[in-house]
This record gives sequence, structure tokens and C-alpha cells, in this order.
Amino acid sequence: MPRPGFVLEVDRSTPPTLFWRGEGFSLEQLPPERSRVIYAPEPLPAIDDVDGAIRHALLHPIDQDPLPSLLRPGMQLTIAFDDVSLPLPKMRRPDIRQRVIEAVLDLAAEAGVDDVALIAALALHRRMTEAELRHAVGDRVYDAFEPRGLLTQHDAEDPANLVDLGTTPEGEEVEINRRAAESDLLVYVNINLVAMDGGWKSTATGLASYRSLRHHHNPATMEASHSFMDQHRSELHKSNWRMGKVLVDSGVKVFQVETTLNTDTFPQPFDFLSRREWEWSARDRAAYLGTAKSLSLAPTRLARKIFHSIESPHQMTSVHAGEVGAVHAATTERVYAQQLVEVEGQTDVLTMGIPYICPYNVHSIMNPILVMCMGLGYYFNLYRGRPLVREGGVVIMTHPTPPDFHPVHHPSYIDFYEQVLADTTDPHEMSKKWEQQYAEDEWYRHLYRTGHAYHGVHPFYMWYWGAHAMRHCGRVIIVGGDPKAVRRLGFVPASTMDDAFEMASDVVGRTPTITHLHCPPIMMADVR
Amino acid sequence: MRRSVGRLGMARVASAIGAGTAVRVGPLEHVSIDPPDLPGPGWQRVHPRLAGICGSDLAIIEGHASPYFDDWVSFPFVPGHEVVGELEDGTRVVIEPVLGHEARGFAPPFPGAAPGDGDDHAHLVTSAGDTTVDAGIQIGFCCSTGGGWSHELVAHASQLHPIAADVPDERAVLVEPLAGGIHAALLTAPAAARATGRIEPVVAVLGAGTMGLAAIAGLRQFVPGVRIVVGARYPHQQRLARALGADEVVPSGELLRAVRRLAGCHVIGDHLSSGAHATIDAVGSATSIGDALRITRPRGRVVLMGMPGEVTVDLTGLWHRETELVGSYTYGTETLADGSNARTFDLARQLADEIAAEQWLSATYRLADHVDAIAHAAEAGRRGAIKVAFDLRGRADRRDQS
Repeated sequence: MPRPGFVLEVDRSTPPTLFWRGEGFSLEQLPPERSRVIYAPEPLPAIDDVDGAIRHALLHPIDQDPLPSLLRPGMQLTIAFDDVSLPLPKMRRPDIRQRVIEAVLDLAAEAGVDDVALIAALALHRRMTEAELRHAVGDRVYDAFEPRGLLTQHDAEDPANLVDLGTTPEGEEVEINRRAAESDLLVYVNINLVAMDGGWKSTATGLASYRSLRHHHNPATMEASHSFMDQHRSELHKSNWRMGKVLVDSGVKVFQVETTLNTDTFPQPFDFLSRREWEWSARDRAAYLGTAKSLSLAPTRLARKIFHSIESPHQMTSVHAGEVGAVHAATTERVYAQQLVEVEGQTDVLTMGIPYICPYNVHSIMNPILVMCMGLGYYFNLYRGRPLVREGGVVIMTHPTPPDFHPVHHPSYIDFYEQVLADTTDPHEMSKKWEQQYAEDEWYRHLYRTGHAYHGVHPFYMWYWGAHAMRHCGRVIIVGGDPKAVRRLGFVPASTMDDAFEMASDVVGRTPTITHLHCPPIMMADVR
Repeated sequence: MRRSVGRLGMARVASAIGAGTAVRVGPLEHVSIDPPDLPGPGWQRVHPRLAGICGSDLAIIEGHASPYFDDWVSFPFVPGHEVVGELEDGTRVVIEPVLGHEARGFAPPFPGAAPGDGDDHAHLVTSAGDTTVDAGIQIGFCCSTGGGWSHELVAHASQLHPIAADVPDERAVLVEPLAGGIHAALLTAPAAARATGRIEPVVAVLGAGTMGLAAIAGLRQFVPGVRIVVGARYPHQQRLARALGADEVVPSGELLRAVRRLAGCHVIGDHLSSGAHATIDAVGSATSIGDALRITRPRGRVVLMGMPGEVTVDLTGLWHRETELVGSYTYGTETLADGSNARTFDLARQLADEIAAEQWLSATYRLADHVDAIAHAAEAGRRGAIKVAFDLRGRADRRDQS
């Protein structure tokens, strides 16, 4: 039986706590008697018969007819699936998307459906490479569909392949992929890594145009979502659901398939990263020392390569299919079961070690904007109820934050860093002053549509992701970060954790309470 | 400054260590010599008050000047062509150093021509009538005239611009470089005028030392309606460029991306698909020329203001993009946006007042401290300086009579 999540009260006998620092890590001694560490629940048991569970879900969907009854010869069937941003790290083959897609295709073949197309639901993310597509859907599906032009990647800038479905009562334009919208059935294959994923966000975001996305990917929506992971208090969630209703009302028929994974995140020799420090064996300690030392000596490029080659042993813990809302409710319960940790009260200082990866730098570089997004956008929002850190409190991250950018994946990020952040770090101001220029830049558009670049507006969205945290926190400190880059972000650089605590004392006093989010594995704090 | 191949070679090698070292082993000597004779009618004696150190001076001192100049200068010469001085009657003047037709006894190429005007440079190496001036493009590169890095030189009336009593020497010494910047700025105007469509004409400036800043000031003042984007290496240069009205100022390495953003174009390899309508290269190195060609749009214009010397540059892009590569040496008579004509030096004097050009003068040295002065000028950017000059106003220095 896996152990639930756990909040450790740090005392003098508590061993140092592991902090991620990008492609490396450190052990930090947190002040005793006023610090605590939140550990994720242990991985839930996996489903033994994954293919059987998938088939069962397709044949016994929630609030919808079984998939075979929705399939008929002559119909147009589209299967959309989550892109390279999920899961993190990438999972060992076969990827769960491949198994669901193959099951759907088997049923389609049995029903005599021969007009089938697959679409990677990129939204404004970069196009996946062949290797990444093969990893997600499997070689058999790739070889059967891609050469015939039936495995495509959503293009949010292709007017010919977008369709306007109307507006929500709030005036939000709903424009999504034409093939997906006009098919007789759209099967969406999801991997639900965090509570924010899935539901109507799959289609209303993953298959949408910039014109549509801007209605919820903006500073006002992000700032008003408390948190993204709490559906009832997320404006982002509500906007996607409003858009989902427009999809339904306009006749788009969606059959949603959602899966959840356990938090078995790191394979050997990195499995010590998921363990609680006081339970480290001699082998774990040796692995830590050996890995930390090797990484500190390795060129950054090599360290990145090592980490991005990690394939996670994640295993599926649930699969649900059927009507979008009903499926997502069931999925969310499973996510909460895996990730929720009860936490009593807020903290003055929230510490977090930022790892080498986030949804937007798979096989890429964690640039400073993504460091901010990971810390203030994702980790800060891993709560239900109240933020872990009190209003006016301090967030301390650890990450080297080099001003390095992947020129192919993140071209507009470079300009954003050089031009926009040099001008302002205020999400509202940059939205008004700069967003349109970046969103409509023909060069970024070209790279997004034909290369492997994130859309020109994407760095803005990443910045907005942290809008709530930026407003909420009194100070943000990055330990070990490149001082110039950290200042460009509007944060404060610190050399050591002790220095960071000293700097934080200006804001929260000399004996603040401290909480460390021991993540990954992913967890979610249920703050009482 | 003497012609010595050996010393020039040593200076070239030593300049890798530092400008100060190059001064010590190079062709520049600090010696006492007789004042130059008056070369002919209309020439007057001038006592320099301040004399700037220019990039072209440094190039010669460090042995980097092109052999091209071998036939256009005469040794030994006293350097210094950025000069504010005093005539024998006490009138303060700024010197327009180009040795034009009138100074050499020739008729000007047209009535009212400035010394830099004309399309035949034969007069730069000859003289006529009662005038005897040896070869030399300017005062400061001619053995007959002396130069600003001394207490006495000779200049022709056509080169003298009296300055008002309320204009400080520190401002006046910047007039000559400002004139050079204005001339380069006005050379971009034809390319900027060709801009069509929704994008405002974009002029990029590569480098923001004295000449780059002068070009920015000239663009803002005399080339209306252009967006100025500047690549400046040092923070103080960036600050001054912004203060002069540049629309976007970025570190040098970010200039290509900044121009791309303004032009809204693509990047093809290491060239922009379009780019700036005109680019002023205020550096003059192989790298800067290559960069200028990369960021200038097809059929655009690159104005080469920095003195280049011998460089290796791939000109395939220039050929393919039909880029105009235009040199910008000094100044003369300009045609302004409204069609009127003006002497560049008059525009520069006006501009020097408007921008309070004295703020660019970062340090002055006595001639005796020339090694330190030249080292400072050569490292001006790194040391937070813009213009370094010799101060020749002290009585003690006067007695020195270098």
C-alpha cells in the first residue's frame, strides 16, 4: 500500500533536504523548528492490464454511448492527442497515447471506418519531431498515417484549417481546428499529469487558434485563477468550459479519453530523487554523491542530454472515456488521489528546487522565462484552497538560470528576454504594449508553422502564467542564478540558501516559517 | 609622427598588448620642433586649446592604418585634427581640417564650396600659385601644417570657424566629429526616402563611440521620420544613445534581432531577409562591415563611417542583395530634407549647442601625458569614456612648445 503524502517538520536531526538546481541538485539544511518539507504521496498501484482497461473504458464510457456505436462506415473520424509537453519526463515506450490510439483504431477498423486522421494538439507549442511523434503514437501508427498526410500537427495559424464556431456569452471567440470540428466524431486522447490538464482544455486550448486562446491566456485570467489546479477557482478552467459548451452547441461531437499516471517519475540510477532523504540507503547516498559530482563537472550540454534522455517509469492508474465533463470529473479524482497532500496553514517562505524540465523545454533548454514559469506558474499553483505561501511572503527558487535559449525552439523568447523584459516585467503592461507585435510577427509565425518553434506569443503566456504569484508574493529570490538574468526577470539573486533567507528577512522578518515543496514527483498541496 | 616601417610594425605588434605600449614603441614621438611656416596667402597661425584623439589617429599610432594613405599624407606630421584653437588676435576658432582647394591655392569646385567638396582629389597632394603645401588630406596628416597635438599649427582662412564667446572649448572640440556624424547620417537619407509601406524607415547604427553617437545625433536632427536602432557595446554608450533620441538601443550582439523586430522580417541563415533601410557602421572592422551587410535590406545602403583598413569580408551578400556600400569620410556641403544646402560644419556647430556636446568630453591630458591619454582613448569604451582630448591651454604647456 503506497504511503500518502507527508509534511515533515524539520528538527535538528533532520538530514539536509534535496533541492533541484536545473541539471543538478544540492542538499540544503533548512532551519529547524520552523521549517517543513512536503513530500509527494508514493506512486499509486498501476493497472495491470492496461490494454484491457482501455478497451473497457471505450466500451463502457461515462455518460456517452460506447465507442463502437458511434463508429460507422463512411464517417469521418479524427483522433487528437496531447503533444510533447506531456508527460514529464517522457514515459517509457509504449506511450499511453499509443495504446489508446491503437485501441480506438482497432474499433474503427472493426466498424469499417476508413476516413481517419490524427492530429497532435499543439495549441501554440512547437511542432513535434518525427522521433517525438513516433514515441507518442508508436511506429505502427506513425508509419500508417504520417506518410499519407493523415497524421498532422495542429496549426493555430492556418486560416484554411480553422473554423469559427461562435462566441461564449462572455464574448470569447471559439476557433478550433477545422478537421477536428467538422469530423463526425473527435476522439481526444489525453494524459492527465496535473489537475489542470484535460477536460475542455484539451480541445478548447489544444486545438484552438491564437484568436481563441488569447481570451483565457491573458494576465487577467491568470491572475484570477486561484489556482489553475483547482477547477472551482480557476478562471482558466471556466473559460475553457464556456468554450466547450460552444463546441457542443455547434455540433462538435467529442469522445474524451483521459488517462492518469502514477508518480513513479525517475528510473535508476535517479530513483533516489523520489525518495525521502532520511530513508536514503547507502546506495542512494552514493548515487546522489556520484551524480551530483558528475553533473557539476559535466558540460551543461552533456548534462542536458543525460537528463532529457530519461524515460520515466510512469504507469497508468486510470483511464476514463466518454462525455468530456463527466470523464474529467472522474480523472480529476484520480489525480487528487495521487497528488494531494494535506498541509496545515500557509508559510512565510516557500522554497522550491526548479528541475531541468518543464512542459515547454522537452529536449530543449530551460531558459530564464521558463524558470519563472515553472516556479511561479506551476509550483506556486500546486495548491487547492490557499496558496502555500502567504500573501506578501517570499518564494525562493534554486536554479542556475543561465541566459541560454534554444534558438530553434524558443526564438521569440530571445527577443522577449532582450526587448520586453528590458522594458517591463508587468504582465498587464507587456500585454498591452508588446503582445500583439509578437503574436503577429511573420517570422515567428513562419518558424512556428514550418519549423519547431513555439509561437511568437508563447513567452508572454509563460510570463502571464506567473501573474498571480508575482502579485501575491512580496519577493522572489533565485539561489545560484545568473545575477544578470535573475535581475532581468525582476527577481533577486542569492549565492546561497542562507543568503536568500537573509534577504527574505527584509520582507518576512528574521524567523519566518519555511515550507519546501519537495517536487518532483508532482504533488498538490491541499492547504487548510 | 615619423614614417618608419619598423616602428609601425612594432606598434602593430605592441597594440595587441595595449595602446600605451604601442605609443612607446611606435612612430609617435613627443619632441620639440619649430612652428610650421605659413604656406601661402590666407594662412594663419592657430594655437590649439583643446585637441581630440580620434580613431583614425589611434589607427596610425597602433600601425593599423592602410598603406593607401602612404601617398596622401606627408611625414613627419603632427597629429590632431579635432581642434579648437585661438588665432594670433585671440579669436577662438574651430578648425575644419580638410585641406581643400582654396587652402592649396586652387579655385573651389563651385562658389561657396566647403574644403571637403569636389570629385577630384588631386589637390590633396599638390598646391598652386604662391601656396606650398605638401601632401595631406587634413591638418594633422600633413608635414606643412602641423597638427592639433601641439601648441601651434597653421590653417587656411577657409578652414576657420569662429565660435561665440559662450561656447566652451569643451563643446567646440566636438564640432569636428559631430560634422562627420552628421555627414554619415545625411548619407542614409536617400535610402530612407525609398521606404514604402507601413514600416517607417529604419536606420541602424553599429557602434556608439564618439562617431556613432554623432551619427545618432545627426540622424535625429537632420533625417526626419526614421526609426533609429543602435547596437552599443557599453552601458554608458547605450545611455547616451537613448538620450540622443535613438528609438531602440541594444547591446551590440542583439542588434540583428532588434533590427529584425523593427523590420518584421525573417532570418535566412545569418542574414535578415529584409532589414534596415540604411546602416551606419561606426566601427569599421571586418566584423562590423559583415554585420552591417547582414542587417541591411536588399537594395539598402551601408554607410561606412568607421575607418576600415584592410579587412576580409564576404561580399556575396552585398552582390546578391544589391547593397550600396558608401564611404563616409568627412563633410562638406550637405543637402537637407527640405532641399536646402548647408555646410556640415555649420550644422555641427548648431548641433553641438543643442546637445551640449561637452558632456561627451570625458578626460583631458597634457601633452606630456600623451601615453596615458592615448591609452585612455584606445580603451574609452571599456573605461566609460567617450572623447579624450589634449588640453593645451596651460601656461606651462605653452612654454613647453612641443
